[in-house]
Amino acid sequence: MEFFFEVLIGGLLAGVMYSLVAIGFVLIYKASGVFNFAQGAMVLFAALTFVSLLERGLPFWGAFLVTLTSMVVLALLIERAVLRPLVNRPPIILFMATLGLSYMIEGLAQALWGAQVHGLELGIPDEPLEIHGMLISQFDLFAAGTAALLVIVLSFLFNRTRIGLSLRAVADDPLASLAVGIRLPRIWAVVWAAAGFVGLVAGLLWGARLGVQFSLSLVVLKALPVLIIGGFSSIGGAIVGGLIIGAAEKIAEIYLGPIIGSGIENWVPYVLALVFLLVRPAGLFGERAIERV
Amino acid sequence: MTAVAPVPLLTLDDISLSFKGVKAVTSISFAVATGEICALIGPNGAGKSSLLNVINGVYQAQSGSITYAGQTRHHMRPHQAAEGGIARTFQNIALFKGMSVLDNVLTGRNLKRRSTWIEQMLRIGRAGAEDDEQREHAERVIEFLRIHPWRHALVGKLSYGLQKRVELARALAAEPRLLLLDEPMAGMNAQEKLEMSQFIRDINRELGTTVVLIEHDIGVVMGLSDHVVVLDYGRKIGDGTPEQVRNNPEVIAAYLGTRRSQPARSQ
Repeated sequence: MEFFFEVLIGGLLAGVMYSLVAIGFVLIYKASGVFNFAQGAMVLFAALTFVSLLERGLPFWGAFLVTLTSMVVLALLIERAVLRPLVNRPPIILFMATLGLSYMIEGLAQALWGAQVHGLELGIPDEPLEIHGMLISQFDLFAAGTAALLVIVLSFLFNRTRIGLSLRAVADDPLASLAVGIRLPRIWAVVWAAAGFVGLVAGLLWGARLGVQFSLSLVVLKALPVLIIGGFSSIGGAIVGGLIIGAAEKIAEIYLGPIIGSGIENWVPYVLALVFLLVRPAGLFGERAIERV
Repeated sequence: MTAVAPVPLLTLDDISLSFKGVKAVTSISFAVATGEICALIGPNGAGKSSLLNVINGVYQAQSGSITYAGQTRHHMRPHQAAEGGIARTFQNIALFKGMSVLDNVLTGRNLKRRSTWIEQMLRIGRAGAEDDEQREHAERVIEFLRIHPWRHALVGKLSYGLQKRVELARALAAEPRLLLLDEPMAGMNAQEKLEMSQFIRDINRELGTTVVLIEHDIGVVMGLSDHVVVLDYGRKIGDGTPEQVRNNPEVIAAYLGTRRSQPARSQ
C-alpha cells in the first residue's frame, strides 16, 4: 500500500509539471478562444534565453528579469504583427497563425542561442525526501509549490480585477468589447505576456528536468490531454487535469505496464482524453457551449 | 416631447464612406441636438448602420468630419467614442453570451473604474468601495429596464426580446451622453415594441440621454422621435421633425409611400 501511495504522489507531482504548461494555453484560450500552438515554442524560447544568459555570466535574477522582459516584448510583437491584423477572423485562422508562430519562435530561439543541449541547474536538491517511508522528489515538491503560487497570483489577477471580466468579454465578442471601451490590443498584450511568464516558469522547471533542448517545445503534446480533461478555459481545470493525467499514467505504467508492455505511460493520457471527449467534451471545468434552438 | 436644446451634441459634416469602391454613404451632414431623440430611417442598404459605425469609430470615413461634444475629429476611434460617453447596441445583438446578465451589464461599467489593477487584485485602496459601487449601479440599471428576474441567467439562454433589453442595459450602464441604438425593436412583437419605446423615452427624459436610433417601424419612429433623418442609397433625402419629414415629397416617393409594398424584413 505504501508503494501505491508513493507511485500516486510521484504521479500527482509529475502532473503538476503538465499543469504548468497547460495554464499557458488556458490564458490565451480564455482571451481569444484560440488554442495557441506556439505555447511550447514559448517555453523553449524562455528556457533557452534564460540558460544562455546564465552561461554568459548573468546572475539568476538578472537572467530571469531579462528573459521575462524578452517574453513581454515577444508578446507585444505577436499582438501587433499577428493578432491585430487577424481580429474577427475564425478561430481556425488564428490557430494556423499560432502554428506558424510556433516554428518562427523555435527558429528564432535557435538562431539566437544555437541548437546544442544545455544543462540547467536551479539549485534545488534532487535527492528524494523520505516521508513516512515513501520517497518523494524534492524537486517535484518545489515545482508543485511554484505552480500553486502561480495559480494564486493568476486567479487574483483574473477574478478580482477588471482585466478578468474584460478578458471573458473579449473572448466572447471582440466587436461588442470595443463598443464598451475595452482596448483589445492591451488585453491581448497582457494575456500573451502572462502566458509568456507562465512559459518562462514552465521552461525553467522542465529545462532543469530534461535539459534545455529543442524537444522542450514538445511538452505541448503533454498538455493537450490535460486541457481536454480539465477544460480549455479553466485554470483550476488545468491543475486538476494535470493531476489526473500524472497520477493515471504512473499508476498505469506500474500496474498495467507489466501486463500490456512497458511505455504505456506515453499513450495512456490520450486514451483518457479520448474517453473524456466522448463523455464530457467540455472537460471537467470548461464552459459548455450555449445553444438556443 | 423633450425641450430641444439648440446646441448640437453631435455634428456630422460631409461624411463619405465606401468599401472597396462601393459607396455606402455619400457626403452626409446632419446635427443631433443635445437631449433629443433622433431617428435614422431609410430602406435596407441606405447606409444607416454604416453611419452609426462611423459615429462610434468601428468604421472610419474616407472624408468629412465628426464633431462630438465640441471636439472635431476626422474620424473617431472606438475607445475615444466609449470614453467620450457614446454607448451603443447592435443590429444583430452583440452580447457576451457565455456571461450572466449582471456580468454583461458590468462590462458596460468598464470605463468607470478608477482603481489600478494592483489595488483591485489586493482589494486595497479604492478597489473595495468601487466594486460595490459598480455592482450597485449595474443593479439599478437592471431594475430600471426590468430584467432583474434574470440577473444571474446566462444571456445566451434568454429570449430575443430580453437579449435586446440586456444589450440596452449594458449600454446604459456606461452612463452615456449619447446612445446609439441599431434597430432596438427589430424582430419584436407589438407589445415588446411598445415596452421598448417606453424604455427609450424614459431613458431620454429621466436621464437626459441623447439618443440616435435606427428603426424601420414608421409608426414607432414618428411617435418617439424629435428629429428624423431619412437616407436612401447612402444619401440624405430628408431631415426635420417627424411632421416635416412626413410631408416631404422626396421622402414619400423614396420610402414612406412605398412602405406597404416592401417585403417583410427577415430577422
